[in-house]
Amino acid sequence: MNWITNSVLPKIKALVQPREVPDNFWTKCSNCDEMVFHRQLEQNFQVCSHCDHHMGMDPDARLAMLFDDGQCTKIELPKQTVVDPLKFRDRKRYSDRLKEAQAKTGADDAIMIAHGDLGGMPAVAAVFSFAFMGGSMGVAVGDALLRAAELAVAQKAALIVFPSSGGARMQEGILSLMQMPRTVIATQIVKEADLPYFVVLTNPTTGGVTASFAMLGDIHLAEPGAIIGFAGKRVIEETIREKLPEGFQRAEYLLEHGMVDMVVRRHDLRATLIRLLGLINKPRPTAEVVTMVQPGLEIPAVDKSSSDAGADQPSKT
Amino acid sequence: MVGLDPLTEQPGNRMRVFLDFEKAVADLEGKIEVLRHLSTDGDINIVEEVGKLQSKVERQLKNTYQKLSPWQKVQVARHPNRPHFRDVVGNLVSEFTPLAGDRNFGEDKAIVGGIGRFRGFSAVIIGTEKGSSTQERIETNFGMAKPEGYRKARRLMELAERFRLPVLTFIDTAGAYPGIDAEERGQAEAIARSIETCLGLTVPIISTIIGEGGSGGAVALAAADRVLMLEHSIYSVISPEGCASILWRSGEHAKDAAEALRLTAQDLKKMDIIDEIIPEPLGAAHRSRDVALASLGDAVEKALRELVAIDANSLRSRRRDKFLAISKNGSS
Ligand SMILES: [Zn+2]
Repeated sequence: MNWITNSVLPKIKALVQPREVPDNFWTKCSNCDEMVFHRQLEQNFQVCSHCDHHMGMDPDARLAMLFDDGQCTKIELPKQTVVDPLKFRDRKRYSDRLKEAQAKTGADDAIMIAHGDLGGMPAVAAVFSFAFMGGSMGVAVGDALLRAAELAVAQKAALIVFPSSGGARMQEGILSLMQMPRTVIATQIVKEADLPYFVVLTNPTTGGVTASFAMLGDIHLAEPGAIIGFAGKRVIEETIREKLPEGFQRAEYLLEHGMVDMVVRRHDLRATLIRLLGLINKPRPTAEVVTMVQPGLEIPAVDKSSSDAGADQPSKT
Repeated sequence: MVGLDPLTEQPGNRMRVFLDFEKAVADLEGKIEVLRHLSTDGDINIVEEVGKLQSKVERQLKNTYQKLSPWQKVQVARHPNRPHFRDVVGNLVSEFTPLAGDRNFGEDKAIVGGIGRFRGFSAVIIGTEKGSSTQERIETNFGMAKPEGYRKARRLMELAERFRLPVLTFIDTAGAYPGIDAEERGQAEAIARSIETCLGLTVPIISTIIGEGGSGGAVALAAADRVLMLEHSIYSVISPEGCASILWRSGEHAKDAAEALRLTAQDLKKMDIIDEIIPEPLGAAHRSRDVALASLGDAVEKALRELVAIDANSLRSRRRDKFLAISKNGSS
């Protein structure tokens, strides 16, 4: 891919004004302002090849990069009988905002649930769509997470949630707030079945989403640079009337403050998840190895010069 | 409790605050006050006049308070003379013994918790406290808790679980504190864990919104078997001001947001989000604090007596089912 980055791209950049670039070919990186070729972005998991900025990713692409061979089965979300429970209207009707978001994304709501294999191990993924009303959490999202939890239990699968959300969906009022306890219950359902519950925090994860299921994972992974926090930047600035420190609420900041286990580049995400799941799902040595290290058995003499790993190291088979 | 301004402790000396829609009442009461000063020898005409004015006050209060708009309810819920958590404790709990600290970072005075006796029952009692005097408001951070507050609450709930004591929470907060230090120490995680702990209890937990039930900072202590609300309290996913500034792009639309959000106790009962509305005396809790607190005590006691009769395991699963049943239709 580098030939494009290094030779062709600067020339093209010099020729065209950024505004006139048809956006179906190029994307301007919001972090470094460089132009990135679309196909290149796709192949690089929507990560900027100039600055490693992790851009937003639509749920389909995320599912495709997650599961073995990109294969998974999406499940239908629970049907919502009432569309706009509060008949909420600000400058626009909530029902119109919903329709617009549905038309724009082709999805029913801000979350997608799928199941498939991850390194041969069963997994259920719940992926937020930030493009759908800022990934906000209302009843539909809460219901979907509960469905995902039940599916994980039914399939004895791990649940992996990828939040990307501004928080609760205000237009559903108190019902959106109630999704906090409801989604916490979803995490309890998975944990009570002794199944792994992982959270992959993606940009951005804030508000009621962070303050509920997203901070209750057995393991928290975060994408580089992702904003993760409770209160929004503007609210904090208005409250304390001072500028926020550099890197505030970024994934790396949360790592430093003990809130996430690791920051993982998108390229390494699948392999990391597979490794973790394997370590949890297969906690014992295979039968053959067990016989080798069984206590009391005569251990064959080891030639120290050819093995620095020690006598208790299982031999290769 | 510590650090209180002794003046604000005395109901007689408490500065009376009138809301703008209470102006007619304020005028009438001003007249009554003047007349009372004139009458030192029990002048029969003045006594009669005062009586007339007083019934006018009552009529006025009744008219005003039976049709409060959501935005007016927001004002009442935030009224500085409204009973706070420490008034609840002072009136309804004996032997209250505050327990401090999250055993990790610090002691957050925005959340007060302890063990005490409520109507004969030993209970763990936790509440958010806004404070009344300036000094106290600063100490309690205006009732906006930081992670250590929620972590203390969680610790106390675990203590309740260990000794099989019921948990009573009382909520009056604009919300969890949005600040650098709070974020640094994991505000979101602290709230999430608090909700998780509420939901995991096998002892009864009863939550009452006594003033403002502000967003995640409120639900952190309100994932309960029973959620009660004082008649003129509010409970919302976001403050009307915050909602207006995001959705209307102007804080001036707070009134519209207050209506759209359905944050009154009456709306929330209709939607089956809360279990019970506790009636407030004429002119709301800030006019007759003791009366309001007595009905609060009665309502909590009734709920508690029902819940202690339920066995531990079904208590927890019923609580869970209750939250799972919340849907857009409003009813379970
Ligand atoms: Zn870039």
